[in-house]
Amino acid sequence: MQPKIKKKFQVTLAQVCLLAASAFFIIPFVWMVSTSLKPITQVFTYPPEWIPNPFQWRNYVDATQYIPFYTYLKNTTAITVFSTLGVVLSCPLVAYSFAKLEWKGRNVLFVITIAVMMIPMQVTMIPLFLLFNKLGWVGTPLPLIVPAFFGVPFSIFLMRQFFMGLPNTLRDAAKIDGASEFRIYWQIMLPLAKPAVLAIGLFQFMNVWTDFIGPLLYLTEDSKYTLSLGLQQFQSQKGTEWGLMMAVSTMMTMPIIILFFFMQKTFIQGITFSGIK
Amino acid sequence: MKQEIKNEQINTAVHAPVVAKQRKKLTKSSSIPGWLFASPWIIGLVLFYAFPLFSSIYYSFTTYSILQPGEFVGLENYYKLFNDELFWKSIYNTVYFAVFFVPLSIIIGVALAMMLNMKVKGMAIYRTIFFLPTLVPQVALAVLWMWLLNPGFGLVNSLLDVVGIPGPNWLGSELWSKPSLILMSLWAIGQPVIIYLAGLGDIPNELYEAAEVDGANWFQKTISVTLPLLTPVIFFNLVMGSIGAFQQFTLPYTMTQGQGTPANSLTFYVMYLYDNAFKFFKMGYASAMAWILFVIIMALTAVIFITSKRWVHYQGK
Repeated sequence: MQPKIKKKFQVTLAQVCLLAASAFFIIPFVWMVSTSLKPITQVFTYPPEWIPNPFQWRNYVDATQYIPFYTYLKNTTAITVFSTLGVVLSCPLVAYSFAKLEWKGRNVLFVITIAVMMIPMQVTMIPLFLLFNKLGWVGTPLPLIVPAFFGVPFSIFLMRQFFMGLPNTLRDAAKIDGASEFRIYWQIMLPLAKPAVLAIGLFQFMNVWTDFIGPLLYLTEDSKYTLSLGLQQFQSQKGTEWGLMMAVSTMMTMPIIILFFFMQKTFIQGITFSGIK
Repeated sequence: MKQEIKNEQINTAVHAPVVAKQRKKLTKSSSIPGWLFASPWIIGLVLFYAFPLFSSIYYSFTTYSILQPGEFVGLENYYKLFNDELFWKSIYNTVYFAVFFVPLSIIIGVALAMMLNMKVKGMAIYRTIFFLPTLVPQVALAVLWMWLLNPGFGLVNSLLDVVGIPGPNWLGSELWSKPSLILMSLWAIGQPVIIYLAGLGDIPNELYEAAEVDGANWFQKTISVTLPLLTPVIFFNLVMGSIGAFQQFTLPYTMTQGQGTPANSLTFYVMYLYDNAFKFFKMGYASAMAWILFVIIMALTAVIFITSKRWVHYQGK
């Protein structure tokens, strides 16, 4: 009898701890959404009230007019989609070459690729800026898109590890049938690697969607800004538009949450895969 | 990671002689496609990594700016940096953040992962809740916490008020600005938690059963089974966490609109680097800062790697 009670006590204790910790993680979230729906008079009440009264849905409309929201949304989407496309096209190809093809210098180059992941972006940031400046790309979204088409070391590494796990027999069989290397890659190996491709695509999408320093460096004109930069415009000398700012924050977070919701498994696999193996 | 690569090389070496003969015919012709397939990255590596890396060393010895060609000044930038008060202040702030944030994130991360690994009802929901904050873009996270920590109308101080504690001025106070930043960074530790969870899942059940037979209680099992077997994952997160902590930028920058207020207590290393390069156009000076950062990060990683032999236990070794 006694161990049973002890077990029950442990489970209850665990539940209580979990609930308390969950509160810490969920409350700021709820608060963000709640503030985004409050009329301005209610934003500044003390003690704070939880439920907006009345629900000010207009905040979301007002927020999109306070800053050129749709322009920023369009810019952010364009940069995110194209750079994700770039990564999805380039990284699996390069990774496949590292994993399955044999060529001179391959292993050295792979070690260099891993070493490159250690370089903080701040070290290359200044010369890259000068390079793009010479090309006349500063002020355009090109510096935020083009490099993705040449591969991202972390994603190459992740894809390579995945390809290593695929059997060689398929490739050998296709080879005997006279298929070209590219056809083997495109029609056999790449479809098999779909989960990993999804994972790297997802990572790139998230990184670029939320990127701040990149747009800050390269986008000089107001009309080219992304949402990350736009969010700052709610803070001015006149004060901060908390309600509207929370509305935009919510709108900016939603796509990622929806994406996460539908691709949870891929997502978590991707993270754990990159972490341990 | 290094360990992994070594293992793989050993594996291929062991299997090599057996398969080599039949494979040789097939792989012989893949040398050209190999280079071809890898060519985008080879170009990218040279253009976006190797070239900038080496030119930034050169820039760090010059007074280069976009406005002026600049001249070679040797070690002057470095010499000036060591006499730059704000440089030291930014190092102090960054180290302060790293010293508190990294250990806290490990302790809390492991504790959370252990809680999420229990067999309790509704675990899927809990896991989602813990991960949600990681999905909030850093800019939005900064904005959200500025509002939560608002001394006048923020939720945090009003909750503290209920308990009878007068809340501090958080981001407005020199003393509390960095702890505020640590607090909000801890809110978004979902990613390492998932990695810890995966690590916990890898621990074989037999070990716990054996410990139970020996009469070990929960605490003893944690100390002598869970934690030692989790050290490879802790090691990974320690390395990644430290590297990340030294590159703190978006949060303090957006919260203070690049000012590092109050009294430069939120001027982090990379913020000062950014200011030098793109506000004052002292590109040479900023390049020197970038290289110092690089050396610090490499040294730190090396130290963690060297000491890891003493405290990281790999399963089956």
